[in-house]
Amino acid sequence: MRRQARKAFDQSRIPDDLCPIATELTVLRTGDWRAERPVVDRDKCVKCATCWTYCPTQCIVEKETWFEAGLEICKGCGICAQECPHHAITMMEEVEE
Amino acid sequence: MTMSKTLVCDGNEAAAWGVALARPDMVAVYPITPQSSLAEYISQFVADGIIKADLMDVEGEHSVLSVLQGACLAGARTFTASCGQGLAFMFEPYYRTPPLRLPIVMSIVTRDGITPQSVWGGQQDAMTVREAGWIHMYCENVQEVLDTVVMAYKIAEHHDVMLPVNVNHDGNYLSYGVEKVELPDQAEVDAFLGRKDTNWHAALDPERPMAVDPLTGGAGGGGPALFVRYRKGLCKGMQNALKVVPQVHEEWAKRFGRSYAPLVEEYCLEDARYAVVTIGSMTGAGKDAVDLAREVGEKVGLIKIKTFRPFPLEALRRALSKVKAVGVVDRSVSFGWNSGPVYQELLSALYGLNQRIPAVSFIGGLAGADITIEHFTRVIETTAKALKGEVAEGPIWLNE
Repeated sequence: MRRQARKAFDQSRIPDDLCPIATELTVLRTGDWRAERPVVDRDKCVKCATCWTYCPTQCIVEKETWFEAGLEICKGCGICAQECPHHAITMMEEVEE
Repeated sequence: MTMSKTLVCDGNEAAAWGVALARPDMVAVYPITPQSSLAEYISQFVADGIIKADLMDVEGEHSVLSVLQGACLAGARTFTASCGQGLAFMFEPYYRTPPLRLPIVMSIVTRDGITPQSVWGGQQDAMTVREAGWIHMYCENVQEVLDTVVMAYKIAEHHDVMLPVNVNHDGNYLSYGVEKVELPDQAEVDAFLGRKDTNWHAALDPERPMAVDPLTGGAGGGGPALFVRYRKGLCKGMQNALKVVPQVHEEWAKRFGRSYAPLVEEYCLEDARYAVVTIGSMTGAGKDAVDLAREVGEKVGLIKIKTFRPFPLEALRRALSKVKAVGVVDRSVSFGWNSGPVYQELLSALYGLNQRIPAVSFIGGLAGADITIEHFTRVIETTAKALKGEVAEGPIWLNE
């Protein structure tokens, strides 16, 4: 393909009803949907990364001695709890504080 | 008038020459009858250097259009062609392309649906996807196929439109029908099309990452209001196309000396009392039948729809307001209405006209059947009876 010269992209020229690209849309916080949250038992976690591998939203983050879900993105599907070979993850109901 | 060459070719080759003149950057094709020879012409033109574009050989039509979406976002001018089951397999990226506002051009070499098995002409495929947000233009002859493919890029990339365009030509009749064709001069086409402008609204850039089509928020996150704004934006682009399509056709006529009715053609309508309505290549036989009927004194005319999406409401109403009865010939079936889709939508146009005139639905040319002058003569005679109050119960199947 022929290369095009790169020019500065001026977003202000784009009508706000044109298309869901490069506008004010941001990636949705799927954490807003969650009815249950995964809670990790840090004593049982061996950092095998099974939860990290299976998480469909790729929200698992690594800590010093355990893994846990990033709650902005975690939608509470429970796959990590189901797959954890050490039964270190429990799904706990989200309650109003 | 500009320098041009003359070719003798079929509609599939004519479409490929139209693509070549538009200088695409990326083409992706997957063969399916009766589009296959168009895919082969595109491949041959790339191999011969007539089209200087990347050719993607992918494993199916779903990937064809997905690949072109990425290419278009990256600034490429793109082309593909499909029909029938291939178009059905393409449907997921197909109805995502218009709201992404990607000016991709695609020929639908129209073909009848499966099942029963048929690889022959009919417009069921294009008519079935008519509500996906693509612009749909139907061609009458081989020259119009070539010219409309080139014009499609100018329409698609217009900043007030920014929508993908389907240039539809009838399988078998136009795909393999051979005519003499004028090949426009490349420099003149370059001047006509102007600068390539496919991604001014998105411009993929590794140094400026952005979310392409992220999920809108749910009902609690303002999602529906945002969704409605983009839906209305797409409708606006479609309505803008009703102005841009005629402008582009007018400029084409000035530069190249060939003019086509951009939305709706009126043939022998000025003194007509009733008319037949056509779409696509059947129109030639329809016009011949009108000429024959006029020789024996029938005040009949013909209304041809070229642009079916956006629906040419005002242009069609202008034509309909001149007659007192119509017979509409569809080359596909609206199963839910027990009539043809063109007929059904024409009734909606009549409603707004506040004019109740008899309208009869005819369905013909399915699965490669010929719609002959004799068929149109029957359409004319039946519509003439409707004018006198003897309205036939439709639909009338012409090829039983």
